[in-house]
Amino acid sequence: MSMVLNEEQIATQDAAKKLIQAHSPVSALRQLRDEKNEQGYDEFLWQQMIVLGWPAILIPEEFGGLELSPSFLSVILEESGRTLTCSPLWSSSLFATYLLVHSADSPARTKALNAMATGKHLVSVAMEEKARHAPYDINTRLTGDAELTLTGQKHFVINGHIADQFIVSACNAKNELMLVLVDQDQPGIIVERNWMVDSHNSATVTFDQVTVSADQMIKNNNLKALFDNALDVARLGLSAEMLGTATEAFERTLAYLKEREQFGAIIGSFQGLKHRAALMFSELELAKSTVREGFAALDNPNTDSTKLARLASIAKAQLSETLHLISNEAVQMHGGIGMTDEHEIGFFLKRARVLEQLLGDEVFHTDRFASISGY
Amino acid sequence: MTNLEDFRQETAAWLEQNCPPSMRTPMKETDTIWGGRDFQYPSEDAKQWKECMAAKGWTAPTWPKQYGGGGLSSAEATILKQEMRRLGCRPPLFSFGLGMLGPALMEFGNEQQKREHLPKIVNGDIRWCQGYSEPAAGSDLANLQTSAVDKGDHFLVNGHKIWTSYANQADWIFCLVRTDKSSKQGGISFLLFDMESEGVSTRPIQLISGSSPFCETFFENVKVPKDNLVGELNQGWTIAKRLLEHERAMISEIGFADPSGGGAPLASLAKEYLGESHGRIADRVLRSEIARHEMKSHAFLATLKRAGEEAKAGQSVGATASMFKYYGTENNKEKFELMMKILGHHGLGWEGAGFSERDLTTTRRWLRSKGNSIEGGTSEVQLNVIAKRVLGLPD
Repeated sequence: MSMVLNEEQIATQDAAKKLIQAHSPVSALRQLRDEKNEQGYDEFLWQQMIVLGWPAILIPEEFGGLELSPSFLSVILEESGRTLTCSPLWSSSLFATYLLVHSADSPARTKALNAMATGKHLVSVAMEEKARHAPYDINTRLTGDAELTLTGQKHFVINGHIADQFIVSACNAKNELMLVLVDQDQPGIIVERNWMVDSHNSATVTFDQVTVSADQMIKNNNLKALFDNALDVARLGLSAEMLGTATEAFERTLAYLKEREQFGAIIGSFQGLKHRAALMFSELELAKSTVREGFAALDNPNTDSTKLARLASIAKAQLSETLHLISNEAVQMHGGIGMTDEHEIGFFLKRARVLEQLLGDEVFHTDRFASISGY
Repeated sequence: MTNLEDFRQETAAWLEQNCPPSMRTPMKETDTIWGGRDFQYPSEDAKQWKECMAAKGWTAPTWPKQYGGGGLSSAEATILKQEMRRLGCRPPLFSFGLGMLGPALMEFGNEQQKREHLPKIVNGDIRWCQGYSEPAAGSDLANLQTSAVDKGDHFLVNGHKIWTSYANQADWIFCLVRTDKSSKQGGISFLLFDMESEGVSTRPIQLISGSSPFCETFFENVKVPKDNLVGELNQGWTIAKRLLEHERAMISEIGFADPSGGGAPLASLAKEYLGESHGRIADRVLRSEIARHEMKSHAFLATLKRAGEEAKAGQSVGATASMFKYYGTENNKEKFELMMKILGHHGLGWEGAGFSERDLTTTRRWLRSKGNSIEGGTSEVQLNVIAKRVLGLPD
């Protein structure tokens, strides 16, 4: 794949735009928030996504999936980013699914993938423990010989309150990375739902002496490499979603600059605002290229994991910085109305910060990029 | 496809045989082969390299053969570029004729003008300069006042140009002149004339970097044959704008054409000057700044590539020449500011035994880089263009 979308991807993008614009405008997120919706996402919308096959995109045909490339999910996530849509698409159908698809065969994996292809079985990755993204700073323990037990606490588990299963990162006695697949209703697991600032959901999940069988271990000849790859794919997915969010916030702001009048003039005629708008446009163009380049590399079987890591860090850093800038400018340029809950632009600012922090902001990825580059 | 593979092999073999080894080493600014009537070639190899490339038309690979060009398709030209890069071949010729005037003549010139001027550009026989800016027409270029008055069989040109790059070494000038005072943009024409014409004089301007790449150029009753008018009378602004796009494209890639930036990449420069700790640049704050800069540079190059692919696929190109000019030059300035931070006290010399050649060159290049976001339209003008043309914001 080049950095230009092909016909199939454009068709997928059009279908996504149609569905999401119709059933999931920003007002739908407001409604979920105001009614303190039990599920935290629109089940009708999710049913439509299932009909279109989106949860099955990454899943191999042998498990009833479509076995398509991640770039198909990227254009869907971009559209859902435009309307701040709440769904398990990123957390379950991209992140958790990618991890399971690329892990070694096991009965538990087969069962999970078969169920996930229908869209009716959701899995969340439970990995964060610290204030900031730190995938390898793990206190959760997996101990014991004959019988393994899992103990620890994870927070910021995206869509954890609706997950049927969790993929949990832990360390064994030798301090090696372990990944286990547990059911949400196993004894010793407590799931507490949190409402985030962006009206999306995350959970705090506590594991107290949870018994883990050998079949629940996620295996791969290099588990850390698998985890890193899955994180990078998930970061690119977030970057695609952020591209949609940033583009929409920018377009709404630009429209406002063309309609609002002060001092007897359209405010978009003032050079102090024009230049800032032109700057945002330039940053957005760069950000878009990093997303397209990342997914093009992902679709290329010759891409090695170091290259993928570099491109994922560049994309996530670029999008974090760009969305940060645009979400701030969006509120500022809307003036007083931008500070009200009634206006939708504030939703973009709130969502922006969550997306920035998820799997690492530009500070995290700048450090990572330097390390990967050998300095 | 097979044909392209054949072309690649033939090209590689030909370059291997014809590019002298000394033309495959990294070059300094003073090694640039400009060509022209009185050009002093830096070496015999440089002259030979230019001549054998020009004979194939490969100094202007995509120009039609009938005008001395290589007649290559864009795919073939890309292969030539890739093979030259792979072997480390220096550009055989660099000139404003190739980068700016040629493409404009191809689009707006008449047959006689193309036949007269294009082959001499390909061969590097004539060195061109650009007469655009004037003391009172900088960012507001269309305010130019240099006049060309119709005298029947010739124009009589009077005026004062500034920032004319290498005017003192150029053979001919392509020049914007006023042929109608009643209309600002609509009263400008595009003229070509010989710098040896009576009444033309130049005066070099010394820059903050110590070098003098620019001149002031004076015209006093210069007679220019009417055949030297390109396009229609008073149509010069259209040509000028198109030419500026070519110029902006050239300038925006300035910091990227030579990835070494005339020395070591930022990270190894930093390791050398600041030391290492566990394989990392010892200064953690500068390390972050360097990494962030490298990531943004990567994103910029990816955008250039994407724009190329979009154009090829016939899709509308999102990013514009103005965006590339703005971002490329700001990025290049940032690179030199980082180099200055890395060099610390070593970057503060003008001359003297306490400073290495590289220290001194870096300092001069840092100073010169300040002009990148001024020449060819300032960053502020680029942002104005984006706001108006791309974003549709009102005046």
